[in-house]
Amino acid sequence: MSNTQMIEKYRTHFLREVEANVEEGEWVKMCMQCGVCSGSCPLGKHWAHPPQEIFMMIRAGKREEVLTSDSMWMCTSCYNCIVRCPRELPITHIMHGLAHYAKRLGLVPENQPTAKFAQLFWDNLMKKGRVNELKLGLSLYFMNGFAEGVKTSLARRKLGMNMVKTGRMNPMEILGGHGVKDLSGFKKAIQKAQELEDARIAKQGA
Amino acid sequence: MTEVVATNETILVVGGGISGLTAALEAAETGKQVVLVEKRPYLGGRVSQLYKYFPKLCFPTCGLEIHQRRAKTNPNLRILTMAEVTDLKGEAGKYTATVKLKPRYVNENCTACGDCAKAVEAEFEDEYNYGLGKRKGAYLPYRMAHPAQYVLDPRILGTEDAERAKAACKYNAIDLDMQEETIEFPCGAVIWATGWRPYDAAKIQPYGYDRFPNVITSVEFERLADPSGPTGGKLVRPSDGKEAKNIAFIQCAGSRDRNHLLHCSRICCMASLKQCTYVADAWGEEADVSLYYIDIRAIDRFEDFYTKVRAIEQVKFIKSKPASIVQDQDGNPVVHGVDTEGYKRYANTHDLVVLAIGMEPSVDKDSFPVDIVLNREGFIEADPSNGGVFAAGSASDALDVNRAVQHATGAALRAIQVVNGAAGVEG
Ligand SMILES: Cc1cc2nc3c(=O)[nH]c(=O)nc-3n(C[C@H](O)[C@H](O)[C@H](O)COP(=O)(O)OP(=O)(O)OC[C@H]3O[C@@H](n4cnc5c(N)ncnc54)[C@H](O)[C@@H]3O)c2cc1C
Ligand code: SF4
Ligand code: SF4
Repeated sequence: MSNTQMIEKYRTHFLREVEANVEEGEWVKMCMQCGVCSGSCPLGKHWAHPPQEIFMMIRAGKREEVLTSDSMWMCTSCYNCIVRCPRELPITHIMHGLAHYAKRLGLVPENQPTAKFAQLFWDNLMKKGRVNELKLGLSLYFMNGFAEGVKTSLARRKLGMNMVKTGRMNPMEILGGHGVKDLSGFKKAIQKAQELEDARIAKQGA
Repeated sequence: MTEVVATNETILVVGGGISGLTAALEAAETGKQVVLVEKRPYLGGRVSQLYKYFPKLCFPTCGLEIHQRRAKTNPNLRILTMAEVTDLKGEAGKYTATVKLKPRYVNENCTACGDCAKAVEAEFEDEYNYGLGKRKGAYLPYRMAHPAQYVLDPRILGTEDAERAKAACKYNAIDLDMQEETIEFPCGAVIWATGWRPYDAAKIQPYGYDRFPNVITSVEFERLADPSGPTGGKLVRPSDGKEAKNIAFIQCAGSRDRNHLLHCSRICCMASLKQCTYVADAWGEEADVSLYYIDIRAIDRFEDFYTKVRAIEQVKFIKSKPASIVQDQDGNPVVHGVDTEGYKRYANTHDLVVLAIGMEPSVDKDSFPVDIVLNREGFIEADPSNGGVFAAGSASDALDVNRAVQHATGAALRAIQVVNGAAGVEG
C-alpha cells in the first residue's frame, strides 16, 4: 500500500499503524518513558529524536515527523539501549523496523547516508550473490559525486592497500568479480523471500 | 542444651523484625504460647537500621522500645536469637519445627558492661552499619539491642582475643565451649515474617556501585544520617570524608526492571523523599539535591509528604532514569542521561550518589525451608495450601512499616484461629 492509502486507513491511529506494519512495532506501547535508552545511545547527541522520544511521538500520532525523520537511520545496532531497557523492548529492532517501513512508503529523507549505503550494498549483492568489496567501496566513495570520490579515495588509499595486502580485498575484483556458484538459484531464493515478505505485508496491512 | 516448652497450641513466629515482633506480641498478649525465632543476635530487623520513619519523621527506636518492653514483660513469649527454622513437618494444628541455633559464646549472665569488647583487639566489618564501619570481635550489635547481651564473633575463637575476652568478663558470661544446637518442638501454626533484603546493587552494572566508593545505597545512607551511625550522623562521603552537600538520589535502582526485580518496591520513593529532608536539614541553604525518577509513587496519604518535599527549594526533581555513572579524577560520580522533560542530555557531577535500592525477599526462592506458595518475585502468597503457615509483613510484599504491622496483626489472628481449632476452642 502507498503512503496515502496508509494515512487513509489508520487516520489518527499511528500507534496502530506501527503495531500492524513495523517489525516489533507491537512493543512500542510497552515503553514507560524512563529515558534510559536515550541516555545510553552513544550517537544520541547527533540525531533529532532519541528512541524514547520516537516512541512518545508514535503514541502522540506524529506520523509525518517520525517516518520522515533520519533518527532511526542513525542507529548503529550497538544494542546498548536493549540491554538496559527495564521493559526489555527490542529497541534496535524497532528502529530498523521503522526505517524499513519508511523506505517501503518512500519517506526516507533525501541523501540519508545510511539509506544510500544500504541501497548500494543491496544492489551490489544482487549482481553476483556476493558482496564485491572493491566495487562497494568505490561506489561508496563516489556516492557524493566524482570530485568528492577522488578526494576520499586518495585519503583512504592506505586503508585500501592494507586490505589488499592482508587478503581482505582483491584488486582483480574490478573485472567482474567472483559470485555464488548458482546465481540463478540465488536470485530465485531472493525472489521467493520477497514474495513471502510482500504477502506478509499485504496481510498485515489488510 | 536449649529447652523450649511447646505444644500443638504454640504459635511459632519466624523472623523478629517489626512484623514478626508485632505478630508474636499480639498473639502472646491474648494468652497464646509463642516461640519467636530470629536469625540475628537481636530483634527489630531492618527498622533498627533506619534513622527516621516517613512520613512523620519520628524515630524507629521509639516504637521498637515499646515493643521490646512488651516482649520483656510477657511470660508467654519465648525468644530464640541466632536461630533459624530449617524444617517444618506435619500439618495445621500439629507441626514439628526443627530449629538450628548458633552459639553466641555469651550467656545470660552478661550485663552488657562491655569489658570484653575493650579487651578484644580484632575488628570486623560492622553488618549493622552495612559494612560502613568496624566493630570489635566481641560486640553489642547496636546500642538498643534486645536481648542486651554481647556476642562473640566466631572468627576470634581459638585466638588470644577469645581468651582475653573471657578473662575480662567479671560475670563469667563468656562460654567458649558453646556448641551449635539443633532442637525440635511442636507447634500448631506458623507466622512467617522473614522480611526483605536490599537488592545487590553491584548487579546494576552501569551505576558502578562496586567500582565507585561514592555511589552508595539508600540503606547505607540511613546509617550515614543516623547520629549513632559510623560517621556520627555527618553526611560525608566514603572515599575521602569530604562533606557531601551535592547529593543525587536515583530511583528504581533494581526495581521495575525486567533485568533485575520485576516489582515496584513501593517504599523507595518515600524513602528517598525522606532522605532529601536529611540533606536539607544537615546543610540548609548549601544543600543541593537532585532526585532522578521515572515517576514518583507517593500514594494516598503520602501525597502530602511529597508536596512538602517538592516545596524544598534545594531539591530538584529530574524526570529521568539515568543511563550510567562514571567517576571523574576527583572521585566525584558523574551521572549521565536524558531529561525526558524536554529531551535534554545531562552529565551532572555530584559529591555522592544514593541508589534507592529495591526490596527483595530475604529468603531465596529456591531454598525456602518450608513448603509454601511463592509468587514469581519470591514473596509469599496467601494460599489455602499453605495450611497453618501465614506470611506477615514484607515477607509477603514490599511494604512500609505501617502496612507490614497491619498485615502482621492479621496473620496473628489467623494463627490464633488455627491453634484454637487444634485446642477444640470455638474459633
Ligand atoms: C532505605 C529504606 C528506608 C525505609 N524507610 C522506611 C520508613 O521511613 N518508614 C517505613 O514505614 N518503612 C520504611 N522502610 C521499609 C521498612 O524497612 C520495612 O517496612 C520493614 O523493615 C518491614 O519489616 P519486616 O519485619 O517485615 O522485615 P525485616 O525488617 O526485614 O525483618 C525480618 C526479620 O527476620 C529475620 N530473618 C530473616 N530470615 C530469617 C530466617 N531464615 N530465620 C529467622 N529469622 C530470619 C531478619 O533477621 C529480620 O530480623 C524503608 C526501607 C528502605 C529500603
Ligand atoms: S529504555 Fe525502554 S522503557 Fe525506557 S524509554 Fe527506552 S524504550 Fe521506553
Ligand atoms: S517506589 Fe518509586 S523508586 Fe521504588 S520501585 Fe516504585 S517507583 Fe521506583
